[in-house]
Amino acid sequence: MRIRLAHLYPEYLNIYADRGNIAVLERRAALRGHELAIESIGLGVEIRPTEHDLFYIGGGQDREQALIAPDLVVKSASIRSAIDEGAALLAVCGGYQLLGRGYRGRDGSLMPGVGLFPHETVAGAARMIGDVLLECELEPGQRRTVAGFENHAGQTRLDPGAKALGRVLYGFGNDGESGFEGCRVGRAVGTYLHGPLLPRNPWLADWLIAQALAHATDGTPPAFEELPDDLAVEAHRVAAQRARTRGGRR
Amino acid sequence: MAVHSATNGKTTTTAMAAHILGVEHRLAWNRAGANLLSGIASALLTASDATLGLFEVDEAALSEAITRTRPRVVSLANLFRDQLDRYGELELVAERWREAVRTLPDDTSLVLNGDDPLVANLGEGRSTVIRYGLDDRRHARQSLQHAADSKYCLRCGAAYVYDAAYVGHLGEYRCAACGHARPILDVTARDIDLVGLRASRFLLETPAGHIPVELALPGLYNVYNATSAASLCLALGASPSEISAGLESFRAAFGRFERIPVGSKTVVMLLVKNPAGANEVLRTLEAGVPPVLVIALNDAIADGQDVSWIWDVDFEPLLPHAQHVIASGERAAELGLRLRYGGLAADHLELIANLESALDRGLELTEAGDTLVVLPTYTAMLALRGVLTSRGLVEHYWENPR
Repeated sequence: MRIRLAHLYPEYLNIYADRGNIAVLERRAALRGHELAIESIGLGVEIRPTEHDLFYIGGGQDREQALIAPDLVVKSASIRSAIDEGAALLAVCGGYQLLGRGYRGRDGSLMPGVGLFPHETVAGAARMIGDVLLECELEPGQRRTVAGFENHAGQTRLDPGAKALGRVLYGFGNDGESGFEGCRVGRAVGTYLHGPLLPRNPWLADWLIAQALAHATDGTPPAFEELPDDLAVEAHRVAAQRARTRGGRR
Repeated sequence: MAVHSATNGKTTTTAMAAHILGVEHRLAWNRAGANLLSGIASALLTASDATLGLFEVDEAALSEAITRTRPRVVSLANLFRDQLDRYGELELVAERWREAVRTLPDDTSLVLNGDDPLVANLGEGRSTVIRYGLDDRRHARQSLQHAADSKYCLRCGAAYVYDAAYVGHLGEYRCAACGHARPILDVTARDIDLVGLRASRFLLETPAGHIPVELALPGLYNVYNATSAASLCLALGASPSEISAGLESFRAAFGRFERIPVGSKTVVMLLVKNPAGANEVLRTLEAGVPPVLVIALNDAIADGQDVSWIWDVDFEPLLPHAQHVIASGERAAELGLRLRYGGLAADHLELIANLESALDRGLELTEAGDTLVVLPTYTAMLALRGVLTSRGLVEHYWENPR
């Protein structure tokens, strides 16, 4: 099967090794016999309805994010409708912020976002930097952990009733206060965690691939056979240990 | 007093300048790479008879170092993404540098890398500036590397066009939209000849005349370091012959291309610490991929606790040729994952987290007369050097962890 991935602004948003996430999606799809067809969506490029099964948007430095933000707002409606009709999405760090309702500066002004995730980000006083360990339950009854690294000044506040990606076991998370990290809407997940995220959390990569396949086939997400993931298991173990000993400290 | 700062090459460039200037001057120099204010202060305390102060300064400490030392020459070489968990975003460091330069009296000389848009821009509106760069398109890369920074025009935001990209985003850039471009260079390195893993040769064109350079260090990034050191020395009044002689007799700074004989074999240690630096180190290996390679990734504060940068390093061209790679250090598994996803076959990868064991295994696999190449991050380099020191193979060399 062909999984059509739209990679948003790869030239601008790539600060925390986002290509690692793409490499994992590509390889793990291939090992299950599926091809990940990657299309770069840059400035001024239109997102055509129903043509993508999976979206990826990474993080950039402030300057790069400011360069793409106006263009992203133009794409808002097409991104929201793609997720509405069942496409999957992973947004990391800056991309996660940009897909919310907006970013509120210290002066109270709101820089509008895409409005996909029900959250607003406000400028924070101190950066939240360090290792993070989450507990997630994307499918009922299936609890998994995610180990990553966060580095953000913005505090992201989820709307009441909004679903988080996971509960913070160690680290700061969305705002350093709520005990939650990331956000989920349908098959779309957003998170502050990089590292990059997917190499040491392969179950999440598999979940995204399965969701994208469900969209591509108009069916249900397939169940995959396990892959030999010894290295990922070990990398996850060390990263989780780091979160326990030094996550969430200022 | 002169200060030098950059993301990459600080220690090597300052050591080169010290080697050139040490003939004529008694130096106060923070030779051990202790580049925070405390290191500068202790270098000054131990050199009360010095006639010239020469200091390598951490990027984040530049502003305070300038306020405290009031240097007559400020040399700034490059800004790359580096340890975002420690320094914050590149633009943040750049803004601090802009503020620091704004406070300088007008008679302070600036020595700037014209090939780095963010750095070159610091000279605008100032009277005493030496701008240097490279001019030899045979050594340009086909395209900007994946991890390139500062790709967009400082003035208008359009993507720069590179007529030649040499190291990361350093090169001959221009903006097709607004015309902003690399400034005219005062010191230019041309006719560059790279001699594998061992050496490089080039010609420096300077206002003081042509300076032929023979350098016992490989790679374009060391050509940048030498050009930067030469420009700094010119600003301090050194002559072309002093510069030429100094660079020719210069040997690698601690852990940076250091060659250490171990019995019938040689260990070459090449510090890696961020994508741009690591890419250049790997590029020098591409000419002759070593049969055995030890890569050691630690994640202490001095290494960067965030290890995601290894995914921005272009390991890919090297991996199909690598016979045996040993991934080591506290984050060995993370590194192993990176290499496997980069195309390294499972049976060519060995995971040995313990540094000493990894070094011994590497030496065991290296044939007599061959070279074992070791690529450690900062604290892994200190630890490995500690192992070699305790075996009496290298002299003890104190370096202050950053």
